[in-house]
Amino acid sequence: MPFLRKREPREPKKAKPRSLGRDAMRRLMKNRAAVAGGVILLVLFFAAIFADFVAPYSYTEGSVLDNYAGPSAAHPLGCDFMGRDMLSRLIYGARISLAAGLVGAFTAFIIGVTFGLISGFFGGKTDNIMMRFVDIMYAFPTLLLIILLMVFFKSSLSVSGVAAEGFRGTLSNIDRAMGGMFFIFLGIGITSWLGEARLVRGMTLSVRNTEYIEAARAIGVPRRRILFRHVLPNVLGPAIVAQALQIPGFILYEAFLSFIGLGVNPPTPSWGMMLSDGYIAMRSHFHLVLWPALAISITLFAFNFLGDGIRDAFDPRQTR
Amino acid sequence: MEKNVLLQVEGLVKHFPLRKGTFRRSKAAVRAVDGIDLFIREGETLGLVGESGCGKTTAGRSILRLLEPTAGRILFRSRRMAEAMSAGAEGVDVAKATPRQMHALRRDMQIIFQDPYSSLNPRMTVGAIVGEPLLVHNLARGSAREDRVLEVLTAVGLKAEHMKRYPHEFSGGQRQRIGIARALVLEPQLVVCDEPVSALDVSIQAQVLNLLEDLQREFGLTYLFVAHNLSVVKHISGRVAVMYLGRIVELASTERLFADPRHPYTEALVSAVPVPEPDITVERIILEGDVPSPVNPPPGCHFHPRCRYAIETCRTQAPTYRDLGEEHFVACHRSEELRLQPARSK
Ligand SMILES: Nc1ncnc2c1ncn2[C@@H]1O[C@H](COP(=O)(O)OP(=O)(O)OP(=O)(O)O)[C@@H](O)[C@H]1O
Ligand SMILES: [Mg+2]
Repeated sequence: MPFLRKREPREPKKAKPRSLGRDAMRRLMKNRAAVAGGVILLVLFFAAIFADFVAPYSYTEGSVLDNYAGPSAAHPLGCDFMGRDMLSRLIYGARISLAAGLVGAFTAFIIGVTFGLISGFFGGKTDNIMMRFVDIMYAFPTLLLIILLMVFFKSSLSVSGVAAEGFRGTLSNIDRAMGGMFFIFLGIGITSWLGEARLVRGMTLSVRNTEYIEAARAIGVPRRRILFRHVLPNVLGPAIVAQALQIPGFILYEAFLSFIGLGVNPPTPSWGMMLSDGYIAMRSHFHLVLWPALAISITLFAFNFLGDGIRDAFDPRQTR
Repeated sequence: MEKNVLLQVEGLVKHFPLRKGTFRRSKAAVRAVDGIDLFIREGETLGLVGESGCGKTTAGRSILRLLEPTAGRILFRSRRMAEAMSAGAEGVDVAKATPRQMHALRRDMQIIFQDPYSSLNPRMTVGAIVGEPLLVHNLARGSAREDRVLEVLTAVGLKAEHMKRYPHEFSGGQRQRIGIARALVLEPQLVVCDEPVSALDVSIQAQVLNLLEDLQREFGLTYLFVAHNLSVVKHISGRVAVMYLGRIVELASTERLFADPRHPYTEALVSAVPVPEPDITVERIILEGDVPSPVNPPPGCHFHPRCRYAIETCRTQAPTYRDLGEEHFVACHRSEELRLQPARSK
């Protein structure tokens, strides 16, 4: 494989600075599973972004003649119950899955790091109050909340056929404009950052007690600079890794919500939705569930491999 | 305060309140430093010795105000502060300095840490680590800063090419040199060395100790040198303070302390220092029992439960810390009467 080609063992004439990031990258490239995961994800992202060019058919329209059609030359993965091309729907579905994964990880990262950093760095009362809030949020029945939100807002559309007014209407419109993804993001956003906040707080506390922070204080480094130059860079790596490992969870969450009918609005294709569409006819037309299930599994594997690889690459115990 | 005294610590106390229970109110505290007095003359090295947990680090950090002292005065004759605020002969009381004064004072008092691994930020290059003090004190910019960093790195035995590297690329001894460079780049007067060689290989300890001595001579530094046994301190310090459970039990010149220990605890420490000649027999005094908890120190003399000379008075009354003459300070009821075993050397 070309990307695994061994580099010439050139001795650095002018010793290059080997930052931890650079070291980590080098270790990551040596990890075959992680590289394979990365390649799969690259392909997937490419397909998702350029779905309009890559997908052979439209994801909304099919031909009645092709209902439940098996794989053929024209439709390599067959067609669904409405005669829509499975491959095209899978490709468009990748958009939803990846978006759910990335939006989840990104929100969790931004909120979690900010929250955890403030809580851990300032400590004392601030820390106490902020962490109790996290505890309360943890105890909150999130899924129930999401279900209620969705039932409330989505039913307002389907029953009257006209969008409701006011706040409720606004939210419904946003959700509709996003193909039904708004509430998925909201659901993920409400809870996803809690774990990250705890993690970052813990790391901040331990970094705050290291001697290099003590040294910075002895030098007279202002608090702001200690926070941004000394604490933040040292919690960032693990915080990113933690979210990379969370992505599969978010993807699964979306698939689950869509499967039970609380996810995207038809005809937006989501892998979870495709599973839910297909399982009724599963006995006679197995391909209806096979492809979306495979797509989910492969994506989860790829993310897990890459995530593990990144984690191992950043592990300081592996330095040298 | 004598003319040539750089630092004078009077009645320094540092208690860490114990937090327990829902309401977090309790009178119990870890009495890590429980009233110590000492002074350090300009250019000398004062050793501070004691078992693990006796409060050496706490004392050092309180003196630098990295910890907020509970009580006491820390008079410091700061070179720069004296210019800036016409401080009297007394020097500045570090314990009472305002944040702004403290910032200025930090240029004159620095610290070297024990652990060369956790004392360097792994995300900063050596150049950035050693240059940061100059940056935050607005002392040199651009190439001037780089020159100054290089100068200090050279002084501690590192090279220009090391500037762009990260700490994890260095050995323990080299890392300790980086830490020393960071402390010296501001040209401080006083450096607290908190067990600077304890974490290093024996072969490297001597190198770093020699370096510290060379630097002291070159830059006229004053050291408070913390160690947990006497053998390291013996060579580097002119005077030694022995600490036990938050208090100084004996303080004297190094020769006096070894030749004529006046506190039973010092006697035990002195007897534990390895002697080069194997045919000389020194009774190695093994202290029994553990160091009591600094939360509930024993009444009277803190050392009495482990002292083989303890009498009734020791159990009830705390001994006064007094000068036996020629700056030999001791806190023991029986200093005058006991004939304690000196170290046999040479
Ligand atoms: N931040 C803190 N909060 C509570 N207790 C503390 C704190 N720092 C130190 N202590 C306690 O104060 C006592 C003295 O600790 P200190 O670190 O000063 O000892 P030391 O003499 O430096 O020991 P060592 O040789 O192990 O470094 C110990 O009992 C320790 O547990
Ligand atoms: Mg210590």
